Amino acid sequence: MNFAKQLLSVIGGVTTVKIATTADEILEPLKKTVYQELSDFDVLQEANRCLFCYDAPCIKACPTHIDVPSFIRKITTGNMTGSARVIFDANPMGASCARVCPTEELCEGACVLSEESHSIRIGDLQRYATDWVRERDISLFVAGPSTGKTVAIVGAGPAGLSTARDLARYGHKVTLFELREQLGGLNTYGIVPFRLPAEIPLWEAAQVTHLGVNANTGSKIGVDISLQALVDSYDAVVLAFGMGSVPRLNIPGEDLHGVWDAIDFVDKVKRGEDVGILGERVGVIGAGNTAIDAATCSRRLGVPHVTLYYRRGEQHMSAYKFEYEFAKQERVEYRWYSTPKRILGEGGRVTGVEFVKTRLDSDGMGGMRPIAMEGSEYIEPMDTVIRAIGQSKLSAMLQLDSIGVATRAGVVVVDDQFRTSNEKVFAAGDCTFTKGQAEAMVVEAAQQGKLAAASIHEYLSL
Amino acid sequence: MADLSVNFAGIRSPNPFWLASGPPTNSAYQVMRAFEAGWGGAVWKTLGEPIINVSSRLAGFDWNGHRMAGINNLELITDRPLEDNLKEIREVKRAFPDRAIIASLMVDPIRERWHEIVKRVQDVGVDGFELNYGCPHGMAEMGMGAAVGQVPALVRENTEWVAEVSEVPVIVKLTPNVTDIRHTARAAVQGGAHAVSMINTINSLMGVDIDTWIPIPEVDGMGSHGGYCGPAVKPIALHMVSDCAQDRLINVPISGIGGISTWRDAIEFMLLGATTVQVCTAAMTYGFRIVEDMIDGLSSYLDSRGIGSVEELVGQSLPRIKAWGELNLNYKVVAKIDQEDCIHCNRCFVACEDTAHQSIHPQTVDDGTTLLVVDEEECVGCNLCSMVCPVNCISMVPLDTGKPPVTWRQLEAQGAVHNIKIL
Repeated sequence: MNFAKQLLSVIGGVTTVKIATTADEILEPLKKTVYQELSDFDVLQEANRCLFCYDAPCIKACPTHIDVPSFIRKITTGNMTGSARVIFDANPMGASCARVCPTEELCEGACVLSEESHSIRIGDLQRYATDWVRERDISLFVAGPSTGKTVAIVGAGPAGLSTARDLARYGHKVTLFELREQLGGLNTYGIVPFRLPAEIPLWEAAQVTHLGVNANTGSKIGVDISLQALVDSYDAVVLAFGMGSVPRLNIPGEDLHGVWDAIDFVDKVKRGEDVGILGERVGVIGAGNTAIDAATCSRRLGVPHVTLYYRRGEQHMSAYKFEYEFAKQERVEYRWYSTPKRILGEGGRVTGVEFVKTRLDSDGMGGMRPIAMEGSEYIEPMDTVIRAIGQSKLSAMLQLDSIGVATRAGVVVVDDQFRTSNEKVFAAGDCTFTKGQAEAMVVEAAQQGKLAAASIHEYLSL
Repeated sequence: MADLSVNFAGIRSPNPFWLASGPPTNSAYQVMRAFEAGWGGAVWKTLGEPIINVSSRLAGFDWNGHRMAGINNLELITDRPLEDNLKEIREVKRAFPDRAIIASLMVDPIRERWHEIVKRVQDVGVDGFELNYGCPHGMAEMGMGAAVGQVPALVRENTEWVAEVSEVPVIVKLTPNVTDIRHTARAAVQGGAHAVSMINTINSLMGVDIDTWIPIPEVDGMGSHGGYCGPAVKPIALHMVSDCAQDRLINVPISGIGGISTWRDAIEFMLLGATTVQVCTAAMTYGFRIVEDMIDGLSSYLDSRGIGSVEELVGQSLPRIKAWGELNLNYKVVAKIDQEDCIHCNRCFVACEDTAHQSIHPQTVDDGTTLLVVDEEECVGCNLCSMVCPVNCISMVPLDTGKPPVTWRQLEAQGAVHNIKIL
């Protein structure tokens, strides 16, 4: 049974929403970008509004320190290739970041015009400049003269690709080892297509492989090749693997049909794979960006009632403000201070979830933790449950101790030069993120990759 | 990568972008910052007998919410001792031997004074001189600057005095405050100039504060006329550059000056005959860093057109600059409004209706909307509508008149100019 028919068999005729009748029609909303088309007129007006500040706060606010005034000025002079080069030079994921960065908290939040009028739409201008070269498939960089040194990178997400790009520009021979069939990691597989279509990270990845970087896709570390073999046969190794699946809720009923891992769910939807029956009511557990992605995906697949459940309040949710606003526009609903107690089912399929209300109480360490309030249980009817309560660490699976790389709570321990406890091994991106140290953003991973590459280059140049 | 280096009358520079003589080139500190940013050369702030400058001394011409479409200045030549300037020029040349350092000079129009300063300055290793016969304010009241530059005989004589002793190329910087700049340019060449540069600032008075009635910029309740420059003067400069570049008696390289802010402006100056360009206002508006995009944009432009050297641009558009009497009177363009892109502001309509040829007519169509339609018979192809259009949706399209090209000159030769009907 095809995707459309399966979906129809459940929701067809039952609800009052307009029902799509073909798979194409069902998938259409998933492709409809959340970004407005930018006219040349609009872009030129906006770019000319930029004050071209010196030592500009937007540059400092960008984790990759893109020279924002410079790339905007180049738009005004019609030097579009030069504009894109400024962006990608600082951030190899500049096209993706133009779409996924929380710009109001970063560059645009720092814009000096925000006080007098309103911030320059830096994200939009960055999208325009990067689209300009992407649509023309202009290669912006060349590999450096060969140093004869080799580097293996485990994981080809933002951090791995960023490291690879800069190492290749330094002249080192880089080989990427990527578990998935395509490069780009989270950007390719984990961010909803209406915010970041896969073609964008794939083009960014092609800009990297174009520099002579080898990409071993579908390559499983520990099965196809061991970490020890990488350490033995390359001059340096970079760990840039990301995160794993969403951890289990550890409540009864979790194995019922209709319980999803949000990462897996978005991945399948983005690749156009069949996600089967979702039903009329989808509940998403969690309130981060992945939760929003799972919720908005569900809405766009035609599910009439999508609700996010979070054990803390609105002000505590980790999703970016613009994501939250977007989800509200997509008519996703929210239930705060609710935590699931058990998943109810019938005939092996989810029928509902029993929640219990929570309140915040001191955790004795200066923070607040949610406490379940006895007797406040309530049941929500539900056809699908999507858990989005973070992602598990992959470090244990990779047996990093076998190559003498130390971890702390599953996080690869690195110094400020991105060196691990094995002098040949470096690490960047999600696998090094410790809560509270840095935000696990794409732009942050790109910056870490860049810095790691500089550090590795220094090491290889010794 | 295209070769951006230029040889300007024997002065070599890694790119054609020079800082013009002015406040940005007042000291070694500034010029070194500029060279670090990438400028190919700098014309040092005019050396001479140090003067005393007034405060305040600059004013910006703001237009429709845009700041600094032009600058008016009352600043004169250097107010620093010659010895200090010479020491600093030597330092900069030593630190940046590949860049062009040109000393701008201005002294009393006396042979010995010119000889003395030329000898002293060339000893520190400048790559060339630029004789400032241009400043229209202050120095002109003392018989220097434009007071010399407006009189061809004085231009020639002063230039001769310099050429007698100069061991490096001599550029004469010309004032636009003349009726026809070619006369003073020819005089410079006759006097031995190896190159000319133009334009110096245009005589101007920036404005008056309508609350206090005090002129702008104010010096203790008073004002004075000054020199005007910046983006607003570019068309005037382009005309003068192209005029000189086409003149067979002015067969020397030209350094273009006047409102150059971007690589695009620079290309226009070069296509009209400039070999190098000099920039001041744009640097004063944004800092020396603007040269990065000038170099980057110019380089990309040349690469995209497969042009190997920037010098290949010089003068390429000159054959297309004609006297009015040589333009084809049978060529006709008409306005074409892209109805898809039109935002219905009606600016083109009112401009045409009130001030042009009443050729745009509103037409109500079936769905009740009003379209603006051009009457191709009435339209004379003046361009005004396309110029006022805020979204650039009006193009001027050539119309086949079915008539062979004819110019006013040809009509004159045929004795037909008083019988216009034959057109």
